[in-house]
Amino acid sequence: MFSLSEEGVAFVKRELNRYEDRRSAVIPALYRVQKENKGWVSPESVTYLSHLMDIPSAWIEEVLTFYTMFNKRPVGKYHVQVCCNISCSMNGGREMADHLCSTLKLKEDEVSGDGRYTISRVECLGACDKAPMMQVNDDYHEGLTNDKAVEILRGLK
Amino acid sequence: MEVKLLTEHYGKAEFQSLEGYKKIGDGYETLKKALKMQPKEIIELVKASGLRGRGGAGFPTGMKWSFLPENGEPRYLLCNADEGEPGTFKDRMMMERAPHQLIEGMIISGFAVQSKKSYIYIRGEYKDSLRIVEKAIREAYDAGFLGKNILGSNFTHDMDVYSGAGAYICGEETGMISSLEGQKGQPKLKPPFPALKGYLGKPTIVNNVETLAAVKYIVRDGAQAYRKNGTEKSAGTKLFSVSGNVMKPGNYEVPLGYPLKDLIFNLCGGLKPGRKLKAVIPGGSSAPVLTEPEAMRATMDYECLAQMGSMLGSGAVIVIDDSNCMVDLLNVTMHFYHHESCGQCTPCREGTGWLHKTVASIASGHGRLQDIQLLDRISKNMMGRTICALSDAAAMPAISFVNKFREEFEFFVREGRSKVKGEGFRHAQMHH
Ligand SMILES: Cc1cc2nc3c(=O)[nH]c(=O)nc-3n(C[C@H](O)[C@H](O)[C@H](O)COP(=O)(O)O)c2cc1C
Ligand code: SF4
Ligand code: FES
Repeated sequence: MFSLSEEGVAFVKRELNRYEDRRSAVIPALYRVQKENKGWVSPESVTYLSHLMDIPSAWIEEVLTFYTMFNKRPVGKYHVQVCCNISCSMNGGREMADHLCSTLKLKEDEVSGDGRYTISRVECLGACDKAPMMQVNDDYHEGLTNDKAVEILRGLK
Repeated sequence: MEVKLLTEHYGKAEFQSLEGYKKIGDGYETLKKALKMQPKEIIELVKASGLRGRGGAGFPTGMKWSFLPENGEPRYLLCNADEGEPGTFKDRMMMERAPHQLIEGMIISGFAVQSKKSYIYIRGEYKDSLRIVEKAIREAYDAGFLGKNILGSNFTHDMDVYSGAGAYICGEETGMISSLEGQKGQPKLKPPFPALKGYLGKPTIVNNVETLAAVKYIVRDGAQAYRKNGTEKSAGTKLFSVSGNVMKPGNYEVPLGYPLKDLIFNLCGGLKPGRKLKAVIPGGSSAPVLTEPEAMRATMDYECLAQMGSMLGSGAVIVIDDSNCMVDLLNVTMHFYHHESCGQCTPCREGTGWLHKTVASIASGHGRLQDIQLLDRISKNMMGRTICALSDAAAMPAISFVNKFREEFEFFVREGRSKVKGEGFRHAQMHH
């Protein structure tokens, strides 16, 4: 059974009182679950949150499915998100995504055998002046080349 | 020439902290000045300054504020820091380099509209911005610039941040309100406009980061001083996020009315050696594309770009040189709108899907001549009949690409390959 850590529970309770409306705590709570659940939100964690927050699970489900930053399936320890929107595509973003997939022998959105990586293509991340770029978990890596990107991934602990 | 009004101190790292903001800049002196004015006076000042919204639509800010009902009903101020328009990266810089500038602008704006509570809605991926702004808000509370009876006035204002979670549509003001309310970020039918019925059904003002930061300078220097930059209908300076094929991409603050040609060839160092300018998207991917001759005579203000059938939008300038295939770039862009349509309105949900499918088929070498016609027809059926402007934002660029670069689309259909790109290219774009 999924449950949040003690600090996680305390966090969610604080968020429930933070905004004008309790319901606004759903997004922060889902972020917390994702952080404590290896990067994704499982169906059972939605049930858990619904009890913890006293908010219908349908409301939580609605938020979970709407926003792209919540992973509905397991992801690798490092979620590598390569921007393939216009300015990055003009500067080799798509080729970089392909290069990472072939170097790591991975298909897009799949978890690597060792559980380390998932590579996804995403839309503009607001770093277009430093194209191509990628986000690995919370961190931006900008002004890349194919080789630099591989080096960054290999260097992750 | 750049005119650094908002960005004057952006090069200095200490400007991020309250201490630096006081030492290098002028601290919260403008807030002190504002609190001695009448709220209505500030609204009139902002009207007189000619400030227009920097988030995309360019709506006059002072006028928006005066739509609020004149009763004592609680009202909210929301700062739109969702920054999702492809090509735009100025709000991120503003929050990370100068969080206090935004916070001060927001407290002044909050005072002008008599709001006791504001939120900064920051796009989920901007974790650094979130952390930096949160820290600055704490500093502002500790210094007495936020909270009860600010600086001994009887104005009370609280401010908080809210993190989005990945959805372009949450940048649309009513989508943002839905999201902040803890729901999926679907836009709501207008009217009622947020100024009457917004966040939690209460009167709400939504403004972009850059708009709210500019308010500080209007109050500090006066409306006439602010108007020294820009044109009659496009007053002040604006940050332009320039990306694509220029030598020095980045954010540039220039007076509105600045020639696009100078932005590209002087400030941004022009194109790579040997490359020719082919097209420019002047206001984010929702803005219709300009051809090279259009770009060379465009000035960066609301009226010139509108007159050319495009728009200033968020100020994201995407510079496209002759190594790019326009069919390919439209494919990338239509993929985006299809992905981001929230699906409430049939013309948008179906239209963005069809547009993407049709252009993808051309871009894979399997298009038919009538598909080019089809792109135009689908687009025209998507306009002016949906809850929000995303549908139009997908249709307008599609129409412009197809009509201004028709010959490239026809070539692709006829020859089954790009007129510009070599053979190896098709692989990379296929799974997009
Ligand atoms: C699809 C869509 C996306 C938008 N995204 C943003 C955004 O990321 N940031 C923003 O400030 N405005 C965005 N807008 C415009 C907002 O709806 C709103 O007009 C703006 O925040 C008002 O602020 P302003 O008057 O200061 O520009 C978007 C509009 C649409 C239709
Ligand atoms: S126009 Fe598109 S994005 Fe906007 S509300 Fe309708 S379906 Fe949603
Ligand atoms: S297009 Fe890639 S970060 Fe904007």
